[in-house]
Amino acid sequence: MKHTMADIAIIGAGPAGLAAAVAAYDTGIHNILILDRNNWLGGILPQCIHDGFGIEETGTSMTGPEYAEMYTDMVKKRNIPTWQETMALKITKNNTIHAINKEGLHHIKAQSIILAMGCREKTRWNALIPGTRPSGIYTAGAAQAFINLYNIIPGNKILVLGSGDVGLIMARRLKFEGADVLGVVELLPYASGLPRNVVQCLDDYDIPLYLNHTVTNIQGKERLTHVTIALINKNGEPVANTESTIQCDTLLLSLGLIPENELTKTIDIQLDTITGGSIVNEHFETTMSGIFTCGNCLQVYDTVDLLAKNAKRAGIAAAHHVLEKPPENKQKICVRAGKNVQYVIPQTIQKPGLHTLTLRVKKPCGPVQLYLKTDKQIISKKKIRWVNPANMLEFQVRIPENLFKDNRSFEVNIDD
Amino acid sequence: MTKEQEITCIICPIGCKIIVQSDGTTAEAITGHRCKQGIIYAQTEALDPRRMLTSSILVHNGTWPLVSVKTIKSIPKEKIFSALKEIQKTVVDAPIKRGDVLIHNVAHLYIDIVATKTISIKKK
Repeated sequence: MKHTMADIAIIGAGPAGLAAAVAAYDTGIHNILILDRNNWLGGILPQCIHDGFGIEETGTSMTGPEYAEMYTDMVKKRNIPTWQETMALKITKNNTIHAINKEGLHHIKAQSIILAMGCREKTRWNALIPGTRPSGIYTAGAAQAFINLYNIIPGNKILVLGSGDVGLIMARRLKFEGADVLGVVELLPYASGLPRNVVQCLDDYDIPLYLNHTVTNIQGKERLTHVTIALINKNGEPVANTESTIQCDTLLLSLGLIPENELTKTIDIQLDTITGGSIVNEHFETTMSGIFTCGNCLQVYDTVDLLAKNAKRAGIAAAHHVLEKPPENKQKICVRAGKNVQYVIPQTIQKPGLHTLTLRVKKPCGPVQLYLKTDKQIISKKKIRWVNPANMLEFQVRIPENLFKDNRSFEVNIDD
Repeated sequence: MTKEQEITCIICPIGCKIIVQSDGTTAEAITGHRCKQGIIYAQTEALDPRRMLTSSILVHNGTWPLVSVKTIKSIPKEKIFSALKEIQKTVVDAPIKRGDVLIHNVAHLYIDIVATKTISIKKK
């Protein structure tokens, strides 16, 4: 067992972990340690070879590997140590991380910890798709790693279930590699990925998008041979006599992402049942003092730009925690999701003043009014032209002092 | 000859379906647009649709079997598959630095293909 001390320990060297490390370093804390289970830095980005990253942040459109190298270069320039092929196993009281690598077991004691473990894909079992269990069924991200990192083509005749961005991008990628891409099947009446990806990945190559459809059966003994799809009604149930069977050898699943928080659950941190991430205050601090979180293990972002921007705020807050050792603040107000709002982050706010909040809506509509209210007063109102569940909404609001008088809460609503 | 087509605008999340009429040299948005930016997007898209192309190239003797690549600027949509053919024929030797030109003048477009990743030589 080896003992290591750090001012800040960061778990995960994806874009969130790297951006948080750079921001914490630039705030004045230099004894930082980044842990990652892979033997590379940048997390998922090296396999996201398409462009569109960094537009908001840098003004130019970069590919995933370029964006990753931009941050790994910043980390290297600051000589921030990274322990690769190191798996964090659990966190115990007094901010101690238990981790394992080729050298053995480590105890890393840190004044601040930043959780940046990212997310993982939903699988066939999350969607409870009936049928046999042949090979040829992959999550879209796993197929992306096969093709873009390891030069392995997963199949020849491809059907995609779920119109999330990774699914749309993989439909185009497989078309580029000469595969026959038969279509993308989406349960909802609209695509769940960004409009840009629907146009540039499907429409450009005449790949059909079957809205209001789902997979009702999977057939094949050794290898996948057929997939049955059917129209669904308003209650999400398959409609009789609308089934059609598609011959294919590969089914890619792009069903959405789940924040990865197994490590978070090893210590008594409260999780949000809607986001699957930790409950945080405006400093991205979890319910455990000194433990911060950012990136896709907090909430699944749709752009790396906003993810990195928020991760930097988490890094700065973690550095201030080391510099100032603030006493635990018990005063807080709760932020609740109201009409047409899935969730709002942060879930608690400790101080009055100007705050940046992010939310995701339940359904697309517009024009709408965003309004924040307590049971007694409207705090703020704002008009928005259009909202869409595929686009996370970021907005600023000034929280008045009187809200803190009796530990009150407010609700965020979107109304048309 | 006038051609009419439907273009989905990608400027903002609304995704307007804009009907555009074009004769090959000029284009006009007829219906469906909600803002000026949409008109400009639809006109460009109707007359000269271009895309950034990203793919990967085989690497010999590198720490990874592939290097990710991109066109240094967007190329005409109809040239994508001829560019891909050249990309698929190419093999490069490690080491490769991000930004290295791996294919010159792809598909006779006077546009280069560059590496988007740094790859070092595989240790024996």
